[in-house]
Amino acid sequence: MAKGKTIVKAIKGRAIPLPGDEIDTDRIIPARFLKAITFEGIGRYAFFDERFDEGGGEKPHPLNDARYRGGSILFVNKNFGCGSSREHAPQALLDWGVRALAGESFAEIFAGNCTALGMPAVRLSREAIATLMEAAGARPETEFAIDLETMTIRFPNGELPFELPESSRQAFLLGTWDSTEGLLSHVEEIRARARALPYLNGFR
Amino acid sequence: MGKTLLTKVWDMHKVATLPTGEDQLFIGLHLVHEVTSPQAFQMARARGLPVLFPERSFATVDHIVPTLVQERPFGDPQAEAMIAELEKNVRANGIRYFGPASGRQGIVHVIGPELGLTQPGMTIACGDSHTSTHGALGALALGIGTSQIRDLLATQTLALRKPKLRLIKVEGDLPRGVFAKDVILRVIADLGARGGIGYAYEYGGGTVAGLSMEERLTICNMSIEGGARLGYCNPDTTTFDYIAGRELAPAGGEFERAVRFWEGVASDPDATYDDVYPLDAATLEPMVTWGINPGQGVGVSGRIPRRSDLPPERRDAAAQALIHMKFAEGEPVKGRKIDVAFLGSCTNGRLSDLKAAAAVLKGKKIAPHVRALAVPGSQAVRRQAEELGLDAVFRDAGFEWRHAGCSMCLAMNPDRLVGDQICASSSNRNFIGRQGSAKGRTILMSPAMVAAAALAGEVIDVRDVM
Ligand code: SF4
Repeated sequence: MAKGKTIVKAIKGRAIPLPGDEIDTDRIIPARFLKAITFEGIGRYAFFDERFDEGGGEKPHPLNDARYRGGSILFVNKNFGCGSSREHAPQALLDWGVRALAGESFAEIFAGNCTALGMPAVRLSREAIATLMEAAGARPETEFAIDLETMTIRFPNGELPFELPESSRQAFLLGTWDSTEGLLSHVEEIRARARALPYLNGFR
Repeated sequence: MGKTLLTKVWDMHKVATLPTGEDQLFIGLHLVHEVTSPQAFQMARARGLPVLFPERSFATVDHIVPTLVQERPFGDPQAEAMIAELEKNVRANGIRYFGPASGRQGIVHVIGPELGLTQPGMTIACGDSHTSTHGALGALALGIGTSQIRDLLATQTLALRKPKLRLIKVEGDLPRGVFAKDVILRVIADLGARGGIGYAYEYGGGTVAGLSMEERLTICNMSIEGGARLGYCNPDTTTFDYIAGRELAPAGGEFERAVRFWEGVASDPDATYDDVYPLDAATLEPMVTWGINPGQGVGVSGRIPRRSDLPPERRDAAAQALIHMKFAEGEPVKGRKIDVAFLGSCTNGRLSDLKAAAAVLKGKKIAPHVRALAVPGSQAVRRQAEELGLDAVFRDAGFEWRHAGCSMCLAMNPDRLVGDQICASSSNRNFIGRQGSAKGRTILMSPAMVAAAALAGEVIDVRDVM
């Protein structure tokens, strides 16, 4: 599956509000679902223990809520994705159908993993996130557009500016969010670096 | 102007500036474990990309390994498939592997330093967030996701943004009963679970300079729990003495040359920092967590904060925590009945941790209702502990003495909490569901505190039984 460059300029879609600070990756995907050796079909385990009780009965959760079915933008609060580095977490959201996240803040490894999957994780103030969650909650059919060129989220009731590290923004706009190819273009420089590192050369 | 270790080591490994503005960094050591690597090997294979520097990757198994019986095939077919996949991948790519049969298997963050692989001045990455542990030896070590493991396999480099640097400056002697674990739990409680986002942490000051290597490993391990993706201590004679003589460390004349290089990578005395956080060791006491993130901690003589006393940005998480833990604000954690005691993990599964716990347990019995596990972080730690007779101390006290692995730190092997059991745990995460039961509850603390809780059957102050 050698990938060409896919430029990501904007993500449009309905949203799923998922309130709560410090939602860690163990909650996004419990560890027992990490035992598969592929990411295939991993979306069905997203937030599993919050969506189902021990008997398999559905619990109230935004991802179980029929009104938000088909939503592709996740609204979250602070430090979303903290904890483990497991890429299974963003992979599960991606497989569920999420294409972008908007939140107050994201754990760094999680945000990096999202970028590597072509899934922007953009940051807004607490008030702005509250506005967005309210808009999506009141009218789940509302369409939102996350525009990486103007760095704003547009929706029928308004337009809110967001933040995204410039390097991630460039990765989406240049289509280099899948970083392997860009890194591979410097193989000669990589080998030169290795030759210059004392600990790879007997400290001479 | 002086430079920090962060800047020196970063610059030394910089390959290029990428179009995104990120730096492409050469990674000197790649550690591999079974859970996060299979998909990365698959991705690289699917693109026809070989492993560029197979001699700079080293692999082990830790998360899924059963700690009761390690014979193959494992009882859990998924666990067996996962280890088989790892073994296939390391064989196909010529990567050195420390499996259960090697006598050197263990939690990846325990065996890296133990084998002499982890060294000052290196860049280190692993598909595991606790890679920050290795910073204790003066390396820049960080956890990465699976797509980045693919990058690393194919290019031995990563695209990274240089973080800001905060000096955590601890001065003074650690009071009796206070351990490295308490230092880092206090730092995280003070600065918050997201306080370190965008930062690397340098742990310095007289207290840190006086800590053993194993204590430094405990502190750096939990940098990520404070939101900092990497944390390190400057290398010094404690570091060099620790490395000397280890299996894969430089030896003889090479060791002498290595020390000169290592000395040079430490932060200069006149280096400047983006932020400095001073901590007076005299104000420390044994710490316990009361919530569902490691920042929700308090001294053992203290009380669970009232939400109204917390800064507004911590109240939402506190409300969620109290519901899950079934605790009330304003009450102490001390006196809480526990069901399980867990000693182990990459935070506190080393020999000194087992010794500290055994010192509390020696000649005593744990409370009859408590299930207690002592799980060495590596096969080597297990052997050393047995040579010292610690296994007998644990068994006599009523602990189960297990084989090396991640065990009850997370729910990927048979060691789990049941229902809403409360676990006094020497691990690093108290997240909901972390220890294998969606309703399970975790109280993080030092190994000595876990031992004391096991004896009493409830959370107590270890200083009362020392
Ligand atoms: S001991 Fe726990 S935190 Fe450490 S590597 Fe294993 S699962 Fe992760």
